[in-house]
Amino acid sequence: MSRNPHTSYMTGERGALPFCPGCGHHIIVKSLDKALVKLQKDPKEVVIVTDIGCIGLADIYFTTNAFHGLHGRSITYGCGLKLARPDLTVIVLQGDGGCGIGGTHLLNVARRNIGITLIVGNNFNYGMTGGQHSVTTPTGGITSTTPWGNVEGPMDLCGTAAAAGASWVYRATAFDKDLPDIIARAIEQPGFSMLDVWELCVAYYSPRNQVKKNDLMRLLDRHHLKTGLLANTPRPEYSAQYRAAVEKRKQVTPKPPITEKFSHSVTKQTGIVIAGAAGQKIKSTATVFAQAAMFSGLEVTQKDDYPITVMTGHSIAEIILSPETIDYTAIESPDYFIVISQEGASRARKRIESLEEACTVLVDRDISLPETRAKVERLPFAQTSKEIGRLSIATVALACLLRHSGVFPMEALKEAISTFQKSAIAEMNCKAVEAGARLVP
Amino acid sequence: MGREFLEGNEAIARAAIGAGCNFFAGYPITPSSSILHYMLEWVPQNGGTAIQGEDEIASMGFCIAAAMAGRKVLTATSGPGISLYSENIGLAIMGEVPLVIVDVQRQGPATGSATKGAESDIQFVHWVTSGGLPIIALSPATVCEAYSLTYQAFNLAEKYRTPVFLLTSKEIGVTRESVDLSRIQLPPLIERRRPVGAAEYAPHYFDRPSDVPPISDFGGEYISRFTTSTHDKLANMTADPAVIQEMIDHYKAKIDSAIDDISLYEEDLQEGAEILIVSYGITSRSTKVAVREARQKGVQVSSLTLQTLFPVPERAIKSALKGIRKVIVPEMNMGLYIHEIQRLACGMEVIGVNKMDTTLVSPRMILEQGGVL
Repeated sequence: MSRNPHTSYMTGERGALPFCPGCGHHIIVKSLDKALVKLQKDPKEVVIVTDIGCIGLADIYFTTNAFHGLHGRSITYGCGLKLARPDLTVIVLQGDGGCGIGGTHLLNVARRNIGITLIVGNNFNYGMTGGQHSVTTPTGGITSTTPWGNVEGPMDLCGTAAAAGASWVYRATAFDKDLPDIIARAIEQPGFSMLDVWELCVAYYSPRNQVKKNDLMRLLDRHHLKTGLLANTPRPEYSAQYRAAVEKRKQVTPKPPITEKFSHSVTKQTGIVIAGAAGQKIKSTATVFAQAAMFSGLEVTQKDDYPITVMTGHSIAEIILSPETIDYTAIESPDYFIVISQEGASRARKRIESLEEACTVLVDRDISLPETRAKVERLPFAQTSKEIGRLSIATVALACLLRHSGVFPMEALKEAISTFQKSAIAEMNCKAVEAGARLVP
Repeated sequence: MGREFLEGNEAIARAAIGAGCNFFAGYPITPSSSILHYMLEWVPQNGGTAIQGEDEIASMGFCIAAAMAGRKVLTATSGPGISLYSENIGLAIMGEVPLVIVDVQRQGPATGSATKGAESDIQFVHWVTSGGLPIIALSPATVCEAYSLTYQAFNLAEKYRTPVFLLTSKEIGVTRESVDLSRIQLPPLIERRRPVGAAEYAPHYFDRPSDVPPISDFGGEYISRFTTSTHDKLANMTADPAVIQEMIDHYKAKIDSAIDDISLYEEDLQEGAEILIVSYGITSRSTKVAVREARQKGVQVSSLTLQTLFPVPERAIKSALKGIRKVIVPEMNMGLYIHEIQRLACGMEVIGVNKMDTTLVSPRMILEQGGVL
């Protein structure tokens, strides 16, 4: 705070406020100034964020920071500022129009309890675009877009914000003498606070509906809406909660890099496809196989294909091994094709049908395959893994492929498994490697 | 660090953290979601904040405001998310907001094949907002380039006070590759310029139109203003046509005049070649294979791989076009960047090799449809 108290946060440099004579925005904006004077905030630490709408013209009349953004999104800018700098005082001025188009932001700022203050200049219609109806237009209200009288019901902004978890909610009218004090109280609330200020749009809504100062209370009564403090449920502000939560989070130890410990016999780009089902650990086993190839000095890529409902249906992984940089990452004619579930066989039917003679297919003996020119070897993958652990079937099959192809040593696969898998799983999978290798005569 | 088995999305998140990113907001969308996951885990460890917004519009709103409050900001989405970002991206351009937007492209339009690849958003991000103002877009071809271009993207965003797109795709984002990130040459980090010694801060101050105004963060030493409406150098709303045009000229000049600094590309030109293949992103890797095969068969062919898509690296393209009779532009879309090449390759035959069936453009397709072999 500066040594001399702030007597106003408004600048005269821009002339008079731009609102129509008699518009409630005059009162709201001047009351905000009085509230800031009461709180004696450092103007550098205050940001007034405004929406599109007549009230959005107000920010530059203040000597504080000013942020004027897109229609309906002012809450998001206020939140972004507050998340980046929780120490700042962030006040959002928005109309009833902004509350409609940006309704989800109102719900979510209330739910998250991000400590900004929202002041709604609620005059029941869009003043800036010609007096169209808004989400708060009273039933029966005449506007440019409800010439026969509004058949929609008004949104209870306060009830909505309170139901979504706003920590402080108040409904006032622009004619309340203590409006500056109410605004100051709203700003002081550490969490999200909302002040819904009912007021007159003298250009459109008031003349069309003969609404004057005294009619506001009648409208409130008609819609069973109350004024005054409607919610006061303090709880920790978002950023404080976030810091506390992330500090408790344990840091994950980074995985060790892969050094070349083994040799390989791969002379050209080699494509391997493993087709199975959800729950067979296809993806993670393909990854550990790829890491084993890297322990053997190979370049590797891996792509996966699985349905978005991840716990059902097919799961297919494609691995390319190469002694050199891999440029083209598609496998047009696989060198090895492993099939360990019927779902995988069905999903890959077209590919299996078009496999070349040079390809070797290693398939579980109980799975029916479509016609193919490739060499097919039927092996007891499922039965073998049943004895070791159901989740080991992909490891059994890839170990079998490794022994069959000799592309890199079994030891490399064991090294990758013990480096990257949790010990209980690694123990099972090392057994699976032995068992898979034994399947090749 | 040594050799690792990483997907492009993780490389981007690592690079962002390395570049000092301390704010992230985004909304889940395949195939970019893992960037959201990595950033939610790592940004708080960088002392920053990462949040999942209620939608893409909110996420971009958070990002813009956080960037103007001094944070280094990343967001990530895919094509449908760019639609929802677009109005705010216009705001970020006119508000001169430094931030990096990753678009992990997927097959579209609409929901399309959500889990499948395409490079569909090339001109979408180019013309993402009204008026024809320039944008910066980089496009990596590999996991390693995704890593290094993320650093470049942060540097360009900070240096030129503008949103920068990183156009990757499902094929790079969620394909794992064996990489050694520690061997990648990274550019030195560039931070935004701050105002020094001024009595009052003019948020959009410039002497020459191409100057990049320094930024004083919201909550910093100076009172700051930001506005979505046409404004002057002080960010005061204006209706004066001369001032409006001066600002528009500035947004354009600061990018246009920096084109050589922004242009990143790789030339593989062959003496005497009359065929040039211009490619970018994942398709440039098919091009590499195609070029090798053509040359093995005795066909002379040159290749230009663009890492910077926008502003169009015209000097590099024009230089590569010297002596060329036929240009081939392979793309995983129905022909987007080809329009940039066609206007520069006047009088030459320009052939698009295009598909959007979710699979890669193959080297064979380039050679056959391009009429190389």
